[in-house]
Amino acid sequence: MTGNGYLQIGLYLAALLLLAWPLGLYMARVYAGELPVSVRWLRPLETGLYRLAGIKPDEGMTWLRYALAFLAFNLLGLLAVYALQRLQLWLPLNPQALANVTPDSAFNTAVSFASNTNWQGYGGETTMSHLTQMLGLNVQNFISAASGMAVLVAVVRGFVKREADSIGNFWVDLVRSTLYILLPLSLILAVMLVSQGVVQTFAPSQTVELSQPVQYEKAKLDADGQALQDAAGKPVMESVTEIWQTIAVGPVASQVAIKQLGTNGGGFFNVNSAHPLENPTPLSNFLEMLAILLIPAALCITFGKLVGDVRQGVAILAAMTLVLVGLGAVCIGAEQTGNPLFERLGLATQASDLSAGGNMEGKEARFGIVNSAMWATATTAASNGSVNAMHDSFTPLGGLVPMWLIQLDEVIFGGVGSGLYGMLMFAIVAVFVAGLMIGRTPEYLGKKIEAFEVKMAAVAILVPPLAVLLGAAVAVVVDAGVASITNPGAHGFSEILYAFSSAGNNNGSAFAGLSANTPFYNGMLGLAMLMARYWLVIAVLAIAGSLAAKKIVPASAGTLPTHTPLFVLLLIGSVIVVGALTFLPALALGPVVEQLQMLGVR
Amino acid sequence: MLKELKPAFVMLMALTVLTGILYPLLVTGIAQALFADAANGSLIEQNGKLAGSALIGQHFSDPKYFWGRPSATGPMPYNAAASSGSNLGPLNPALEAAVQARIAALKAADPSQIELIPVDLVTASASGLDPHISPAAAAWQAPRIARQRGLPLDVVGGLVAQHTQGRQLGVLGEARVNVLQLNLALDAMRR
Repeated sequence: MTGNGYLQIGLYLAALLLLAWPLGLYMARVYAGELPVSVRWLRPLETGLYRLAGIKPDEGMTWLRYALAFLAFNLLGLLAVYALQRLQLWLPLNPQALANVTPDSAFNTAVSFASNTNWQGYGGETTMSHLTQMLGLNVQNFISAASGMAVLVAVVRGFVKREADSIGNFWVDLVRSTLYILLPLSLILAVMLVSQGVVQTFAPSQTVELSQPVQYEKAKLDADGQALQDAAGKPVMESVTEIWQTIAVGPVASQVAIKQLGTNGGGFFNVNSAHPLENPTPLSNFLEMLAILLIPAALCITFGKLVGDVRQGVAILAAMTLVLVGLGAVCIGAEQTGNPLFERLGLATQASDLSAGGNMEGKEARFGIVNSAMWATATTAASNGSVNAMHDSFTPLGGLVPMWLIQLDEVIFGGVGSGLYGMLMFAIVAVFVAGLMIGRTPEYLGKKIEAFEVKMAAVAILVPPLAVLLGAAVAVVVDAGVASITNPGAHGFSEILYAFSSAGNNNGSAFAGLSANTPFYNGMLGLAMLMARYWLVIAVLAIAGSLAAKKIVPASAGTLPTHTPLFVLLLIGSVIVVGALTFLPALALGPVVEQLQMLGVR
Repeated sequence: MLKELKPAFVMLMALTVLTGILYPLLVTGIAQALFADAANGSLIEQNGKLAGSALIGQHFSDPKYFWGRPSATGPMPYNAAASSGSNLGPLNPALEAAVQARIAALKAADPSQIELIPVDLVTASASGLDPHISPAAAAWQAPRIARQRGLPLDVVGGLVAQHTQGRQLGVLGEARVNVLQLNLALDAMRR
């Protein structure tokens, strides 16, 4: 890597941590109901929404009622996205007259966007009308993110409250997340992105005249639109000359801004943020990459502030950042070292100021190696899942990093809200393990951690791996699962494992060679996404309710302090050990064996 | 759960209006007012007709043009209505075959060029629409363009330099050359 590469990484981390601090404090004030002056004018809108919906904002909810409100809201949203896709041909704002989406794909996409996964089995520009993108997908981008943030705030209240029934009001947390955090940030980011060239228009596709006409072969069709075959049963090809280029456009910037900020990741176009109209310049790339981790990082500070000890949040942020930097270095190194094949074929693969070098298959020239590998690390550390390079074409080791980051239960930054509440489950396990070692009842933030909390935390930690490993195991033994593979050998297994890791942890990125838009994958991955999101939320809210009912025990000499470097290491250890024990056998069959094969090719 | 259905329904409708209608309309209004050209696709108009987008590459295979990144879109390369990468894994024999064919085509178009080919010139881009190549990839092709067009090499080199963007703000991303704009400038020179 060149010196410039280190500079870009340093700049990114500095910007992230510097912005996370003020944003975290701002969010703490929003959730505490002490609105900063800058957004106080939106207050009437907030109270108006409550009045319209018949909500009493001061009314607290038990954990069960909070969970039911969360589920009812998510279920209705899911149904709305499904209906919009199934009816889009007959609805307005469909300038390309795109057909209604098939039931299995519509189910998969509805679950995907409601659960903040944003796995995309479909190609955006060839499947979804402007209306579906706006009223269906874009709305879910906001409210699935806001739902995750609401659950986190409820869990934090579990630690703060003493001997209480209530963990807050879901509707209030939802509205405040949307109105005061997601909307203003998205608006700012969207306008900055347009300035770089991200499109934002309701016009249909643009048609331009090619400088050099393109000749290509395509299958000849008979009068009924069926492919003609010759005597040998091979399709008859005909040569076609194209003199026009059709450029898909749409209201892209508004969607890209929230897809990044809300750790959604569902792109407007098929290739997501690799598309030049979704991510046109290195600066737009920097801003989008910053937006991936911004809110998850800032929420750590918010958490610390709300529990009355910012150091608690800093410790968690430190643990997340250390894992991110460590695994990011591996990914960048692997991609820059590249594929021995390219050197064998006599290509120039050295990095310099005039060429990015390395493994450039599936990467864009403006991003090169460093920004592609950094993005891959950030988007899988967070449960974002947007891509600016094709993970399927990464070197085996370079592709192992994003896959494993997803498999670590999406707690290294993770989804907005969901990443931190997932990490708090690991914190509970970490203090529990430490408590066993020193023979005392574990405590975290003044609350006794007892059998119920540890059981629920174990459920929350083990549900995603269950969905991943069971799903992948089924897919590799049935024909419908194996038929979708693009790449032969160990890489084909990696494609399937990655798909279930992504769905079973609500990430949404893919080894996109896998043809996942089939009834089998739409159904299986849809189920994995449902389990990972909703089973987990119930367990997490149950802990919140149980903690809220407890007294606060004052810290004593036997209390393990949870803001020290020792605890940071203990927390990282819990995450890594669980992730390694669960997934190393599976990874050995995919990327590990492929890396060894690749090094054997000389 | 039934008790929560009414607020759930009203909230969904209200937030749909707010985030699904008002928000994109507001962004569109601001975008079209401040950055109309960028918001509409950074289109290039030449001689009264649309010749492309500054952000979307086009397919070039004629030796007198600079060639861009290989594109994996279907059914034709650089199909900007259906973006796609190759998604070929690093050990896939199809990747080796594709790269070998591209090397052969480049060498056939300029047998006298003996420098190593920069890797980005023979590997498919992520989007299939990448408008850029590395400056090294442009330099590798410059002698061929000069010969094909009967231009001095330093004139072609000067034109490449004009269409080379350094790292943004001096730091971000990679240096790159916009292939379509460079080729349009070459064609304009002939007139």
